[in-house]
Amino acid sequence: MIFHHLILRVVTKILVGTIILFALYVQFHGDFSPGGGFQAGVIMAVAFIIYGIVFGLTAVKKVFPEWVVHKTLAFGVLIYAGTGIATMFLGYDFLDYDAFSPAHPTVGQHWGLLVIEFGVGVTVTGVMVAIYYAFAGRPPSISDEDW
Amino acid sequence: MSKLLDLQFLAGHAHYLLFIVLMMTGLFIVVDKTNLVKKIVGLNIFQVSVFMFYVSIGKVTGGTAPIFPMDDKYHVDKEALVGIAYSNPLPHVLILTAIVVGIATTSLGLALIVRIRESFNTIDEEDILHIEQEMTRDDNRKYGNAMGGLA
Amino acid sequence: MIDTVTNIILLTMLVLTALAIVRMERLFAVVMLSGVFSLLSALLFVTLDAVDVAFTEAAVGAGISTVLLLGTIALTKPVERRARHTAFIPFIVVLVTGAALVYGTLDMPAFGDPNAPAQIHVGPEYLARTPDDIDVPNVVTAILGSYRGYDTLGETAVVFTAGIGVLLLLSGLRRRREDEEEDQA
Repeated sequence: MIFHHLILRVVTKILVGTIILFALYVQFHGDFSPGGGFQAGVIMAVAFIIYGIVFGLTAVKKVFPEWVVHKTLAFGVLIYAGTGIATMFLGYDFLDYDAFSPAHPTVGQHWGLLVIEFGVGVTVTGVMVAIYYAFAGRPPSISDEDW
Repeated sequence: MSKLLDLQFLAGHAHYLLFIVLMMTGLFIVVDKTNLVKKIVGLNIFQVSVFMFYVSIGKVTGGTAPIFPMDDKYHVDKEALVGIAYSNPLPHVLILTAIVVGIATTSLGLALIVRIRESFNTIDEEDILHIEQEMTRDDNRKYGNAMGGLA
Repeated sequence: MIDTVTNIILLTMLVLTALAIVRMERLFAVVMLSGVFSLLSALLFVTLDAVDVAFTEAAVGAGISTVLLLGTIALTKPVERRARHTAFIPFIVVLVTGAALVYGTLDMPAFGDPNAPAQIHVGPEYLARTPDDIDVPNVVTAILGSYRGYDTLGETAVVFTAGIGVLLLLSGLRRRREDEEEDQA
């Protein structure tokens, strides 16, 4: 069983790290190149999903436990909405990022975009991984030969 | 309708016609096929064709992707901007979020299909309808008198 | 010119894939073809200058969506049963709808027309103001996060809600035992 799908296992081990790195690049470089929270969240989730497919659900749940996933998907929306509340407390409109740096509005905009994109990425990662766990956690009704 | 025979007009509208062909293929799968998983795939095809149609409205001939050139301090290089045509970024934004919302709602539909399979042991629309009619008939036979024969 | 040729070739491949999906009865093949469909549409998005959309479509459509559909098939059945009804009425419905839509496109501006109404009102405004207001090279990110921040907050909430819905349906998070006992009492 250990030598089952040996190539897949080795390649996955190399790939997962690269995929996560790429997701982080897409997340935080989204202001300058194509990308942003939505894409980065999906790519980040793909890293966990491919790990789960190859090494099994119990292995991936050790890395990213289910209760953490459930907190994560709510936390992202909280970051996004919290940014809006924070700008309101600073005396500006809801989600007006000029508030973070009134002297240099474009700097404030940069910070605001970075934070809310992070919130989006966290939520999308959480939702996609949670959906994968929900589907993969049920006993399959067809055997491998039936495909 | 005579416009459709004009070659010049047709060249400008060929994209739209092909989007509609794709859209209708998706609609056909949703209406005709009885398997629920296949219906979801059909809905996806329909959805993606709508996305392509929407994004194509923002395309400008000779335009490029709406990403500005940067200077060496990572600010937008305003001098380099002059004279470059950009495609309309607004449809891109709307569709970008719609794709992610689309996959989230698709997965909700798939989850419902899994639950339907567990309750009815089939994912075929016609079979499900048959089983439900059977159940209603049984209920009427059992409780019909209690309802005064009206059920 | 080369753009139009590329687009038409890609669209033809998309139509062929879609027709193959209609014909297939083995759901595994249907799911794989839908992944192919997504990748081809991502290519088309690139030629339409929507690089961000292409990126998303490639990651979501070909990646996550395929995994979820395969997961669903594993929990249900791998083969589609042939329909008992004829395809005649659905075909007529689709034909009529398609004709109506084609009639609708007749009044639309030609593809890529720089003077189309969509090109002269809001879009150029965003393109012109982004360098001064936000100073972010990627205009799509600027509109997504800043000009249309409310919109994106709503979309994030929708994704969150859909995730919660799937969890409620599938993950076996049941009500606490006390509640059930109360219900029965």
